[in-house]
Amino acid sequence: MGQSLSVHNLEAWYGSNKILKGINMEIRPNQVTAIIGPSGCGKSTFVRCLNRMHETLPKTKVQGEISLDGVSIYDLDPVTLRKKVGMVFQKANPFPSMSIYDNVVAGLRLNGMNNKQELKASAEKSLRMAALWDEVKDRLNYSGVSLSGGQQQRLCIARALAVEPSVLLMDEPASALDPIATTHIEELMGSLKEIYTIIIVTHNMQQAARIADSTAFFLSGELVEHGPTSEIFTNPHDKRTEDYITGRFG
Amino acid sequence: MINELKTISQDGLDDEGGKLMRQSLNEGQEILNNILKDMGKEVERILQGCIETLKSLDRTQAEYWIAQDQVVNNLERQVDDECVRLIATQQPVAKDLRKVISAMKISTDLERMSDLAIGIAKVTRRIEGPLCKPLVDIPLMAEKALAMMRQGLEAYRNEDMDLAQKLAMQDDEVDHLYNQIVRDLLVIMSKKPEIIDQGMYLTFAGRYLERFADHATNIGENVIYIKTAERKDLNK
Repeated sequence: MGQSLSVHNLEAWYGSNKILKGINMEIRPNQVTAIIGPSGCGKSTFVRCLNRMHETLPKTKVQGEISLDGVSIYDLDPVTLRKKVGMVFQKANPFPSMSIYDNVVAGLRLNGMNNKQELKASAEKSLRMAALWDEVKDRLNYSGVSLSGGQQQRLCIARALAVEPSVLLMDEPASALDPIATTHIEELMGSLKEIYTIIIVTHNMQQAARIADSTAFFLSGELVEHGPTSEIFTNPHDKRTEDYITGRFG
Repeated sequence: MINELKTISQDGLDDEGGKLMRQSLNEGQEILNNILKDMGKEVERILQGCIETLKSLDRTQAEYWIAQDQVVNNLERQVDDECVRLIATQQPVAKDLRKVISAMKISTDLERMSDLAIGIAKVTRRIEGPLCKPLVDIPLMAEKALAMMRQGLEAYRNEDMDLAQKLAMQDDEVDHLYNQIVRDLLVIMSKKPEIIDQGMYLTFAGRYLERFADHATNIGENVIYIKTAERKDLNK
């Protein structure tokens, strides 16, 4: 099942540049939470803090507290944390030298699973959950990059799901996809949230409105407003949120 | 705030593109405002014409006004089409969406108001013989109801909550006038049973105007909805 995330006074820097300024946010389990805001507002940095990827970059710093079902993520080994909090990126990034099958089980192998039967069962389960199984079941040995853009992104989702995370972070997962592939990904999120907590960064506000249960608006490193999506898109409380979602800049 | 807004326009959505998209939405909303203004003018013209027709019992004129309903129906369709176009192409949200939805609802109210005005022309068709009394209160009621409609549309144009809320009180006045008309006609009908038909039709006319004023309060309710996203009943 999905786990909840609790963020308290989160601050993050790139060098001397403060990217996140005192973020407090509760992310409920088994929901899709959309993070919206203009480029540079800190939304990608925010999700990268949730699985401690931000701190892997040089000259970065993080302060504050993030807990996963009440357990501080800083008390967990980063590798263990990233198994629990998986990530899918804007650009589909299947390992180019690997087959579809090897892509899906790559994480499991890295974690020491070598039993062929288990790997096979896990690959099928993950590909089914990513709604890709029917399209690739007869060509699992083909290269991952032989798939279309939308299929590659679902392959990356399957790869993230294979290690059985409880939270799935998605950073603009459909921004490079056509409307049909986008619909696939959006429908997928609708079904995956029954098992996972999903946090999606998106520039596409209609997408946030379509798929998210709650939406958070970031601006200049601050969390301006976080609430039920229906409320954010019909009656936001903060003028800055309204200005952003209605596209009125001043 | 200025810096933050500048950040938005520099990043994220393309500044020029963003402004262009909103320009189209703004233009669409302006089109809606203009059609609603035209609808208001047409409804006013029709109601005034129908009241004059009732006063003079001119059946030819009554037929003319009944045919005029089509003008308002066409305008309502134009509002619907523009709203559908804006929702499909501009995807308005928050206050923008409330404005589009409210424009559609206000146009429905105006169309119903036109129907009610036409109802008075239809009453004229049915009344036989001279009027049992000079028409004073019905034209007065029509004047008040029209003033409410104008006020509702002004409140909509200026998003003026105070003006919208005042409609509740004015509606009470119209209701009061209607009750008085019914009482007066009942007295006359009890004394002169031969004018019961006419008395009944005149009561209908009063009832149409009372409903007309109720629709004007609906316009005010939409203004409050646009401003606050809350529903308030101005017609209790």
